[in-house]
Amino acid sequence: MTKRIEARFEQCRAEGRAALVTYIMAGDPDPETSLEILKSLPKAGADIVEFGLPFTDPMADGPAIQAAGLRALKVGQDTVKTLDLIRRFRAEDRDTPVILMGYFNPLYVYGVDRFLADAKEVGVDGLIIVDLPPEEDDELCLPALKAGLAFIRLATPTTDDARLPAVLANTAGFVYYVSITGITGAATPDFGKVASAVERIKHHTPLPVVVGFGVKSGAHAAAVAKGADGVVVGSALIDVLKGTLDAEGRATSRSVEAVTTLVKELSEGVRSVSKRAAA
Amino acid sequence: MSAQAQPNSFRIGPDERGHFGQFGGRFVAETLMPNILELEKAYNEARNDPGFHADMAYFSTHYIGRPSPLYYAERMTEHLGGAKIYFKREELNHTGAHKVNNVLGQILLARRMGKKRIIAETGAGQHGVATATLCARFGLECIVYMGAVDVERQKPNVFRMNMLGAKVVPVQSGTKTLKDAMNEALRDWVTNVADTFYCIGTVAGPHPYPAMVRDFQCVIGDETRKQMMEAEGRLPDSLVACIGGGSNAIGLFHPFLDDKDVEIYGVEAAGHGLDKLHAASLTGGRPGVLHGNRTYLLMNEDGQISDAHSISAGLDYPGIGPEHAWLHEMGRVTYISATDDEALEAFQLCSRLEGILPALEPSHALAKVIELAPKKPKDHLMVVNISGRGDKDLFQIAEHLGNKL
Repeated sequence: MTKRIEARFEQCRAEGRAALVTYIMAGDPDPETSLEILKSLPKAGADIVEFGLPFTDPMADGPAIQAAGLRALKVGQDTVKTLDLIRRFRAEDRDTPVILMGYFNPLYVYGVDRFLADAKEVGVDGLIIVDLPPEEDDELCLPALKAGLAFIRLATPTTDDARLPAVLANTAGFVYYVSITGITGAATPDFGKVASAVERIKHHTPLPVVVGFGVKSGAHAAAVAKGADGVVVGSALIDVLKGTLDAEGRATSRSVEAVTTLVKELSEGVRSVSKRAAA
Repeated sequence: MSAQAQPNSFRIGPDERGHFGQFGGRFVAETLMPNILELEKAYNEARNDPGFHADMAYFSTHYIGRPSPLYYAERMTEHLGGAKIYFKREELNHTGAHKVNNVLGQILLARRMGKKRIIAETGAGQHGVATATLCARFGLECIVYMGAVDVERQKPNVFRMNMLGAKVVPVQSGTKTLKDAMNEALRDWVTNVADTFYCIGTVAGPHPYPAMVRDFQCVIGDETRKQMMEAEGRLPDSLVACIGGGSNAIGLFHPFLDDKDVEIYGVEAAGHGLDKLHAASLTGGRPGVLHGNRTYLLMNEDGQISDAHSISAGLDYPGIGPEHAWLHEMGRVTYISATDDEALEAFQLCSRLEGILPALEPSHALAKVIELAPKKPKDHLMVVNISGRGDKDLFQIAEHLGNKL
């Protein structure tokens, strides 16, 4: 297993705070801009970066990420190119964990063994593949663990105590708690309930638990950071990026900065909450 | 294909994880897994409950109008000069297609599970109409997701659903057709897991849907078996059905899979031609994972799903049920395809010779009957599933034939 995820959570713990996890779509609105944004994220305060693999049929994503995926596909983004962007990111940043997030079909078509070898080689640390529940662990999860990549599982409000052990069994790196039943970028959850949900999961695992879905601002990030080991933000970043695109959907001079501005705000939100008392 | 080891029976699948060979499975978001497990449990209880079967039988007879006739198509037989052709008349069911067989089963199951909100996806609108119909009958809320492009080209069915009290949601995402309607229905289900039942219209989706929908459609083949024994004193020699997702086909085929002498033909939609835009997933696709199962899909080299095309909105889907993918690889069923033009010709021939306007979907099956029947001897018994009636397609057919209604 790569050590970057563990090291980064350790560092956050030492600083007495939660981690900020950011998601952007590879190739949105074009490969070079998405790489530039990716590189800027750690500097703006992101601790872990998730890079989305575009897919034509993202059945668990809301309109923002659906549109981002289509923008990326329109300019020809594919899995080979996404891995290449990570290689270039890794050449400059050796420490920030990179998680690939997406759907199984493009990886299945790429070939599982070949994909895992290539992903490891370019410096990927973990995978979040939305449509692979534990019932399908032998498809990718177990081969990924064997190849030394973390397979990060989503736990949801419908994952009850009876099911949690199965969901957590082969999870590595961290656990991603989806705070609502719903798609990405949907309604803002009741952040007050997040802490107790995280507690329930922590009962079953020593891994860090990060929380996502519905976090849009520094204030939201702070609210989630109180109860979780990390905060994930995706759709909100994609929305501000989209807001800077020209009429043809191309990047403008404001694109990168608009995203980093929000990431800085989120980072301040996360850092405003001290976790030392809890530790 | 035929090099693969043949199973003792083709009718025992799927395994407990929902696999037909390498196909099928449960490729869904974690949020849905508890629901899918709950559904599987409820279905297993229902299928072992005589009360459930009694309800099915009652509504099949008195509401749907089953059994549907097995009709000797005498003039078509004479015209083609070969096999003796029988039509399984699924177009005579209430709502005009085979879709209602499955919807009845799922709605009765939803009632048992206490689910009051029903969602469905639809392409041509036949499954949406059947779902809206049964929801009206049982007083359930009904939301139908339909690609915005399909809403435009199937207006009469949208109006029918509205009249039945259903809410039709035009889907603007992706290619705005059936696959996107299915994505949107899955998104709804992820959001409303607690009170919602997802009524899938074909033998696709995560386990247990492919097996459950097949079981509800097997009434087609079971009746055919019995009716053919009564009419001819023996089993048919061949079966022909069209395939989009493949529910009418599997319903006819499944009860005959272990009768080795029965030839079975599934007809995919070849659209403008297999080298152009089409919807023939087995002939022109490769194995992949979409909408909860592994099956043959139309996609590019990166695994991005392609647009399907067929003149028939009901066949316009880039995938196929996983059991068909398995039967294809095992070589038990022969999968062939018919183009838009061949289907249109078959539609006209059937209308004029038999006085039956078939839907464009079974017109694809008829197109291959026109090819196959003349090569068979006169004592060859061929059954073709007329899975729906053509009224819904009249505007589109008129346009293709250069008329304006």
